Amino acid sequence: MPGITREEVAHLARLSRLELKPEELDHFAEQLDVIIGAVARVSEVAGQDVPPTSHPLPLTNVMRADEVRPSLTPEQALSGAPAAEEQRFRVPQILGED
Amino acid sequence: MTELIKYTAAETAGAIAKGEVSAVEVAQAHLDRIDAVDKKVNAFLHVDTDGALAAARAVDEKRAKGEELGPLAGVPLALKDVFTTKGVPTTCGSKMLEGWIPPYDATLTTRLKDAGVVILGKTNMDEFAMGSSTENSAYGPTGNPWDLTRIPGGSGGGSAAALAAFEAPLAIGTDTGGSIRQPGAVTGTVGVKPTYGSVSRYGLVAFSSSLDQGGPCARTVLDAALLHEAIAGHDPLDSTSIDAPVPAVVEAARMRDVRGMRIGVVKEFAGEGYQAGVMQRFDESVELLRELGAEVVEVSCPSFTLALPAYYLIAPSECSSNLARFDAMRYGLRVGDDGTRSAEEVTALTREAGFGDEVKRRIILGTYALSSGYYDAYYGSAQKVRTLISRDFDTAFAGVDVLVSPTTPTTAFPIGERADDPMAMYLADLCTIPSNLAGNAAMSLPVGLAPEDNLPVGLQIIAPAMADDRLYRVGGAVEAALNDKWGHTLLEEAPAL
Repeated sequence: MPGITREEVAHLARLSRLELKPEELDHFAEQLDVIIGAVARVSEVAGQDVPPTSHPLPLTNVMRADEVRPSLTPEQALSGAPAAEEQRFRVPQILGED
Repeated sequence: MTELIKYTAAETAGAIAKGEVSAVEVAQAHLDRIDAVDKKVNAFLHVDTDGALAAARAVDEKRAKGEELGPLAGVPLALKDVFTTKGVPTTCGSKMLEGWIPPYDATLTTRLKDAGVVILGKTNMDEFAMGSSTENSAYGPTGNPWDLTRIPGGSGGGSAAALAAFEAPLAIGTDTGGSIRQPGAVTGTVGVKPTYGSVSRYGLVAFSSSLDQGGPCARTVLDAALLHEAIAGHDPLDSTSIDAPVPAVVEAARMRDVRGMRIGVVKEFAGEGYQAGVMQRFDESVELLRELGAEVVEVSCPSFTLALPAYYLIAPSECSSNLARFDAMRYGLRVGDDGTRSAEEVTALTREAGFGDEVKRRIILGTYALSSGYYDAYYGSAQKVRTLISRDFDTAFAGVDVLVSPTTPTTAFPIGERADDPMAMYLADLCTIPSNLAGNAAMSLPVGLAPEDNLPVGLQIIAPAMADDRLYRVGGAVEAALNDKWGHTLLEEAPAL
């Protein structure tokens, strides 16, 4: 299987919302290439007829009764916010000017 | 007074219940110890002096009123900084959460408080629990009390070091790929990863949700069992919590009898990369189990050789998704918000500034493994490996009650040695990862020092899911036999700090 290029790492960093520095891109690309080379061994089993396991427990939806319970106050919920205004999280601009 | 810090948790609770010592005196003795040695060890990120003394006073008041005290009432504990604590900083060893004060307690935190356990503070860890050495903490590495120039394991190195440095008789860790057991092994302490789903993850900051499991760390098998019993059990706030009775771990820890048990030695965990002194102590432990009346057989689990590669696809994949929550909008760090940048730019700048190298590597690796074109080959195959590993365990447990192996291939390595060599670092979890992938229960307990470097060696015991009591039965018997042989506990051989 192919390794990973610096360009791919830059693309993945953008997808991951990580503003990496150029020297980080160089360093990570080199390290990730080694790691991916090692973990690619799992593809040995790719052709085998084995069901995948995503979780150690057989999971089904767990529901609770729809009842009003004590919860955080707005002040508590906003207590860690970098910025807040009128009981809301204040965030930088999301949409463009036009 | 200084001897109070040498007490086991069981002895401490007994002395408090009998009125031989107050909970406040016990808490103060440990706070004094932290004050005296933690500048060197760096096990704690935050010491909650006021909270600890208040909790201790509450235990003393309860006793004065004649109310019944629980089996751990008044016992101090070091809590890994990955569990939320209302009103007390929780950083996960990351700059991303520097100064964050959670508005709620994790279920585990609530259970500890309800049990009268005195939480001394929050312990150092690899950032967001990613690492095997605690060097990935944004707040500096923790030293191994056996040799401060060496790693205490990770990610829960702070919790393990706090025990070995006699700063606390109990600690809490989380084990995603070995983060309780590997630090236990390299510090000469006991660490248990309970069955997945038996300790609530509500309020445990998620790294890899299908693998993360909180569990007890202690200096003795019985203490670990007492803590296990206090924290395990169904929690409606965690949808992956198992709704079944907790196995009788305390009773099992007191049995000290392995006669008639069948024990399997995992063939795959030996050979190249395993330190001679580690294998020597492991082989002696197997021989000891035979002498104690267990039947020992060799067991082959061929898929275990693919466990490490599968883990380093599954855990980063889940991490890349879980850590998306750190977006600089609702809590934690925000940088670059100068009015000219968009929310998306602020998120990317914040994550660049707030995350360390290993977290970034894993987020990128996970994003890669989950991307179209690679998903089937990487993540899909890793999930198949996970099935094969579970099948290997099922086959093995059809013939034996527990499996044993070394916990780690080597003893504690020097700080810095593997810091920028991720693959070398990942090898520290070679023997511990299969139990996370399958979700079963496993323990590490100290079985001596490696002759070549005089550093602790851990024996790993693995039991089927929901048979956690077997770990304590075997561990308790081995511990008792070794303490008899040595005439003291292993930690008494640790150098003075």
